[in-house]
Amino acid sequence: MTQRSIAVATVLLAAVVLGLVLFVGLPGLRRRTPVNVGPPPAAAAQAPQGRKIKAHLFYIADDGAHLTSVERDIAYGESAADQAREIISAQIAPVPAPIVSPVPTGTTLRAVFIAEGGNAYVDLSREVTAAHSGGTVGELLTVYAIVDALTVNLPAVTAVQVLVDGKEVDTLAGHVDLRRPLTRNLAWVQ
Amino acid sequence: MPQARGLSIQWGIPFISRRPLAGLIVALLVALAAVLSSQTQPASQASQAPALTLLARDGRRALPLSVTGDQEFVALDDLATAFQLAVREESLGAITVSYKGKTIVVQPAQALASVSGRLISLPAPLTRNGRRWLVPVEFISRALATVYDVKLDLRKPSRLLIVGDLRVPRIVVRYEALGPSGRLTIDATPRATSTIAQDNDRLSIRFDADALDAPGPLLPAPAGSALVTAVRVVDPATIAVDLAPRFAGFKASTQTLESTMRVVIDLAAQIETAPAPAAPPPGRAPELPALNQAPPPFRTLVIDPGHGGSEDDGATGTSGAKEKDLVLAIARRAKAAIEGRLGIRVLLTRDDDRHVAIDERTAMANNNKADLFISLHAGASPRPSAAGATIFAAAFDTDSPPAVSAGRVPAFNGAVREIELVPWELAQSRHLDQSTAFAELLQAQLQDRIPLAGRPIASAPLRVLESANMPAVLIELGYLTNGDQDKLLTGDAFANAFVQALADAVVKYRDTTAAGGAR
Repeated sequence: MTQRSIAVATVLLAAVVLGLVLFVGLPGLRRRTPVNVGPPPAAAAQAPQGRKIKAHLFYIADDGAHLTSVERDIAYGESAADQAREIISAQIAPVPAPIVSPVPTGTTLRAVFIAEGGNAYVDLSREVTAAHSGGTVGELLTVYAIVDALTVNLPAVTAVQVLVDGKEVDTLAGHVDLRRPLTRNLAWVQ
Repeated sequence: MPQARGLSIQWGIPFISRRPLAGLIVALLVALAAVLSSQTQPASQASQAPALTLLARDGRRALPLSVTGDQEFVALDDLATAFQLAVREESLGAITVSYKGKTIVVQPAQALASVSGRLISLPAPLTRNGRRWLVPVEFISRALATVYDVKLDLRKPSRLLIVGDLRVPRIVVRYEALGPSGRLTIDATPRATSTIAQDNDRLSIRFDADALDAPGPLLPAPAGSALVTAVRVVDPATIAVDLAPRFAGFKASTQTLESTMRVVIDLAAQIETAPAPAAPPPGRAPELPALNQAPPPFRTLVIDPGHGGSEDDGATGTSGAKEKDLVLAIARRAKAAIEGRLGIRVLLTRDDDRHVAIDERTAMANNNKADLFISLHAGASPRPSAAGATIFAAAFDTDSPPAVSAGRVPAFNGAVREIELVPWELAQSRHLDQSTAFAELLQAQLQDRIPLAGRPIASAPLRVLESANMPAVLIELGYLTNGDQDKLLTGDAFANAFVQALADAVVKYRDTTAAGGAR
């Protein structure tokens, strides 16, 4: 009788321990696994030590009236839109002297979309107009640095429309018609 | 009627007698409401403003407005009567405006309205004038229009409130004296077709519309020599043009400019018989050709000084010189020189420091049937080394040919006329060869007189050129961000040299077109 009681108690205890392991321990372990193993999303987005591609970026040439092409390492993007974002982020980033950027200081990238048919939409912050120094040639260099950065480096992109603060704009500084996507134009590149 | 938010005062008082604690809370709320109400600024400074005209299918009526400071207010009870609204005052001073189960809540002292739970900003808070609650007039377009089941179109500048889908185009009239003749331009936005009839000394222009948005006098008093003495609205959809005794006849045409229908009426004057052979007016070239002569091939040049107005200086020079001032000064000088030397009409898209929309600049050239359009600009570059002038022709960033289609428009005698329709933004595509030809002529004239860029002729998708329905170029005179160029461009010698070269190029272009070469 006593032995049977002990056996029953042992079975019950084992069942309780098994239950705890099954219902509490294992799910907890499963929840923790991806946190410990997977890379944090932010690190994935930056990919500082990840794959790179070579891309042509465009800066103001010495004559001040043309663009010049510079090859740079750009972070690899999984999709065409990701890659477009990396390229434009690099194109508009501040650059050290003596390189001069055609994109006004303070301009940030809000978004990049690629539509079916190869039209890309680059949404920039308002500084691209508010801080622009003006001039027809100056505006052409800003616009075509963006347009060419995508159309030269991404075969999937055939034309680019620049948006400002999420909206279509007529021009950046009163000259270049931005109401439609523009195709690649290397006439302004030396 | 939707459930009111919060406790109403009528419910609160019997509550106090049954439950002391709850009653105390309600009493505190009532006291708080009283305090808030006392903080609401009474519209003691309110004064009457011209009423809003409410236009609907069943007629028009006035909606009184009052003004406090710069803000116009409308009384909620007037809105309630006009739009069958239920207005109810809740506890804590909130006002509930209901229409067919939809609710707008407005709080005193807050420039906000809650429309079905969504917050909408107002330019001023709800205010009280005596026993009446007043809301900013924008309450109609921002809040009421979102719950009302018929379209409400508030046009503040015209003091109109249009209820429903009425066609009420805004009418803008301009008169331009062209020597003894004159031109009347009437814009209707959104587009409305019209018919014109003459009755003795009056032209009647009847629009296919329910009413006209034509605030104030349609035309400032024209000069004494004008062929038009007055333009006025004579019935809801008709304007009358009163004609001077010198009026002899007219010719009308219509143009479509995006959302605007433009009627251009060219007015001819009677030929005056002088008692003796009169000398031509001193200092003026004869403006109209004799009947037996072919019309001159080149009559009108439009010069467009870029930018302008307080918010668009264009580029700024190292010395602080502004592009808008530089190009205006040169455009004025060019107008005087070319008119004096060539006897052709030169129009400026702006003759002072004001903002002119890009489409208006091109429209001025198109409407005046200009033979050439020249836009003047100055450049800027992040590198101070940039220098030299560039002449731009338009470029169209598309492989597809411009879409040209045929259209039919009513002629003024009741007939129908076939016309060619070219999209506004592609008008220049038919003139690119001539534009480039003029650019080359101009380059040849400029090259020994002012510094040119390394590649002085370029093409680009420039907004101001694309809609020009005539040969057109944009000239970037040089770079204000280059210290030497800034000094050069702002000097008299440069202006003289450029204007001389421009006039020479126009002469050569005129001669070429007269010989049938460039057109």
